[in-house]
Amino acid sequence: MLEAHVGGGRFTLSRIRNYLRQPHIIISLVLLLVLVFIVIIPFIKMVADSVIWQYADRRLSRAARPGSLTLFHWKRIFASNLTQNVLLRPLFNSLSTSLGISAFAMLIGSLLAWVVVRTDLPGRRVVAALAVIPYVIPSYIHALAWLNLFKNDRIGGAAGIFQYVFGVSPPNWVSYGYFPIIFTLAIHYFPYTYLLVSASLKNIDSRLEESGEILGASRSYILKRITFPLVLPALLSSFILTFSRALGIFGTPYFLGSPVRVFTLTTQIYSNITNRITSSGYILAFVLILISSVIIFFNQRIIGKRKSFVTIAGKGFRTSTTSLGKAKYAILVLVVILLIISVLMPFVLILWQTFALYPDNYSLKELTLHFWIGRSNTEFAEGEAGILRNPAILRATWNSVKLALVAAIVSGFIGIFIGYAVVKGRNTRLSNAVEQISFLPYLVPGIAFGALYLSLFTHKIGPIPALYGTFLLIALVCIAKNLPFTGRAGISSMLQIGSELEEASEVTGARWSRGFRKIVLPLTIHGALSGFILVFITVMRELSLIILLVTPETRTLTTMTFRYQEQGYTQFSSAISTLIIIIVVTGELLTRRFVKRETV
Amino acid sequence: MPIVEVKNLTKIFGNVVAVKDVSFTIEERDFLILLGPSGCGKTTILRMIAGLEIPTSGEITLRDRLVFSSKKGVFIPAREREVGLVFQSYALWPHMTVFENVGFGLQVKKMKSPQIKKKVEQVLEFLRLEEMAGRYPQEMSGGQQQRVALARMLVCEPGIFLMDEPLSNLDAKLRLEMRAEIKNLHYQTGATTIYVTHDQVEGLTMANRISVLNRGEIEQMGEPKHVYKMPSTLFVADFIGSPTINKIKGVVGKPLSPEGGKAGNVEVLCGHFSLLTSYTTLPEGKEVILAIRPENITRVSAPGRNALAAQVHTILPAGPETILQVTAAEMTLNILMTQETEVQVGDQIYVRFPPEHILIFDADSQELLPVG
Repeated sequence: MLEAHVGGGRFTLSRIRNYLRQPHIIISLVLLLVLVFIVIIPFIKMVADSVIWQYADRRLSRAARPGSLTLFHWKRIFASNLTQNVLLRPLFNSLSTSLGISAFAMLIGSLLAWVVVRTDLPGRRVVAALAVIPYVIPSYIHALAWLNLFKNDRIGGAAGIFQYVFGVSPPNWVSYGYFPIIFTLAIHYFPYTYLLVSASLKNIDSRLEESGEILGASRSYILKRITFPLVLPALLSSFILTFSRALGIFGTPYFLGSPVRVFTLTTQIYSNITNRITSSGYILAFVLILISSVIIFFNQRIIGKRKSFVTIAGKGFRTSTTSLGKAKYAILVLVVILLIISVLMPFVLILWQTFALYPDNYSLKELTLHFWIGRSNTEFAEGEAGILRNPAILRATWNSVKLALVAAIVSGFIGIFIGYAVVKGRNTRLSNAVEQISFLPYLVPGIAFGALYLSLFTHKIGPIPALYGTFLLIALVCIAKNLPFTGRAGISSMLQIGSELEEASEVTGARWSRGFRKIVLPLTIHGALSGFILVFITVMRELSLIILLVTPETRTLTTMTFRYQEQGYTQFSSAISTLIIIIVVTGELLTRRFVKRETV
Repeated sequence: MPIVEVKNLTKIFGNVVAVKDVSFTIEERDFLILLGPSGCGKTTILRMIAGLEIPTSGEITLRDRLVFSSKKGVFIPAREREVGLVFQSYALWPHMTVFENVGFGLQVKKMKSPQIKKKVEQVLEFLRLEEMAGRYPQEMSGGQQQRVALARMLVCEPGIFLMDEPLSNLDAKLRLEMRAEIKNLHYQTGATTIYVTHDQVEGLTMANRISVLNRGEIEQMGEPKHVYKMPSTLFVADFIGSPTINKIKGVVGKPLSPEGGKAGNVEVLCGHFSLLTSYTTLPEGKEVILAIRPENITRVSAPGRNALAAQVHTILPAGPETILQVTAAEMTLNILMTQETEVQVGDQIYVRFPPEHILIFDADSQELLPVG
């Protein structure tokens, strides 16, 4: 080690210069700066804001001295007579609904995966293609469809189709609260389990099971002792990830829970912040981030490691199929029912609602296109014109598309640079920092991430103007939130090309920029494309991330849906939802055409 | 004038010393092979010469131009070093045709396209690739890809060729062809070449100089023939040559009575038997290791001086030559026979160790002892 010492001690300056001469180091440093700004600082600011008196706090306490330090909000949330209502009950509701959702989704998703991948069910390909759709459309669409069907008039507002047809008002537990929240979200999330488990099932070499068979084991014994343990990691992983996602869901509990005062952490954050008790909202967001981080950390550390043994078999193996025999058609009927409930029904219910002239009159004789193409008529919806003629909605459509495009392109490119920096500097502290920080937004549920940005950008900080109310802020939050996905995509496509291709260009005398443009970029852009479309779809249907940040100027289709639904104009909210469904499903189909889906 | 001059080159990754104080020079038209097992630092040395890796300390001079010096804080990046490099993986750009791959370097040099076309076609023709210009790398065989990689290097006319295990991805037959091709290329262009490989046959057949590396250090450097005959350490003796050299542990005995005024030859005691050597001045009682190449052991018809009884346990015929593995005095020996031999497994034969072919290494330092 003598040489190391001599080399390291005496020539430090030239070593630093040589270090900085490597382009990936410069890129890493720039990325680190950007990431600290869009990921770390908002978090610090949010925590800081929670211990500082805000102007609006003067309504809450006489002791409020805006700008000075206080633990008032932390005490209010964790140790006051409000704790029960503000924290504990919503926390319990969040945890229990999420538990129900993930258990239910895991059950449906894994059974479906087995049936599609490992049996001779007729029409498996069609089922496989349709099964992903419920996950592609925004989660709250299922909630809106549910309301269109089961709304009762006890809570107030118009009744749904069920009451119209049968003349009976459904009980509250059917219309609102736990049951519909768990049901609609399980219907939304089961494709996630389906995708993970079917990928895992496809990766099991059937020779592993055949070895069991040769040793004399029965079918069910093989399923229990070989197949099940092999998919167990995927199963657990999908359970945990569904759980953490369900925790962060805002739209569905807002529409289905709030009317009967079933609040969750997310709806509680929303109502605190919109009621300008922002600090309390921030603390609840902090709690949500904490829980979600612990869960995901648990998944990465404990299950993530064991996931690997599923794919050991490598290429060139085949999977065997089980014959369902006579049960074939009974199972097919069940699968079709599942698809009708999760794919067809929401769409039909939403569409039907848009044709109803009055929100509670579903008569087929009174169908109208007013809410699509009608001119302004003061008799309906306070004179708002049909959505295809309504400038506010056209603007929101443009905002949505613009937002999705900008977020997809910018975060896609940052993702490529993240991939470059991480792969080039493999295992150095700098590249690890870039990789880990870019992953952090994954730990933060959408509404909490929105809260982070709200806390940072409502006021001017240094040279950065107050971005609240600008398109830029919304774009920024969407870019940052999607970096974990585009960064992963960037890393994996960069890993595939290897560094020698770039070095080969350097040796011929090409500058770094030329090598990057001519070699690295053309080779990675294809891999990044799937990330790009994924981000586009995600942003197109995004509600919880931006709901706290949009202003009338920056409204998107999703937030318009939210407003109209809140005001009881269900035809409008349903019509806009239809637009969103059309856009995201088209996007999904395009993705399938261009890129082979790997993981979600 | 030396073309490549490497002085005290050291590279440390984290706390692993990959290359340790390596120095050598090579002259115009030299074909140097860096030979060693995987992980010995040979590729790292090549990459440091190319400018793709920054050394921890030392100095590199290419054609009288200082391209790296830790003391003077000099580092010339790869793109300005005017060296050619062929990668082990070929590193052909999959999104470019053969023509575009080869022409890239000329574009970088801002050459005009008619000129580029002319030069690329010339090089492709030279390497018999003219039909392939429009193809993509993944549509070609391994040997063709290899030639494209060579073409891409040649077209820029670098004064120094660097090659990193260029043949290791080819099958045995193709490897033989490409070996001849590269040797011919070197003959025709006269470019100074540094070639990295772990295949000792490539080292012996292609180079005019080889350098055997072990754990980041040069064990021996010299002409291939010399390195083969007089390996300076046991490691080199072991690494070079196939089948592997035979080693026998022993202790130096008394010199035999002198003949005609010369000092007497030394006898080495190896347990149940002793061997006469051509050495004359070894201290009595020294622990040594004798080594003898498989082709230097001869078969004799009867026991005698330096001859032992041996039992044949494996016969590996390989066309013109046959490798015998025999057991003699509890040792397993490799013997390379070039004549037809009619032996069966289990036969007892007599093998002789000619004194002039016995090398003696110090058992402690593992270094070759000077004949004297």
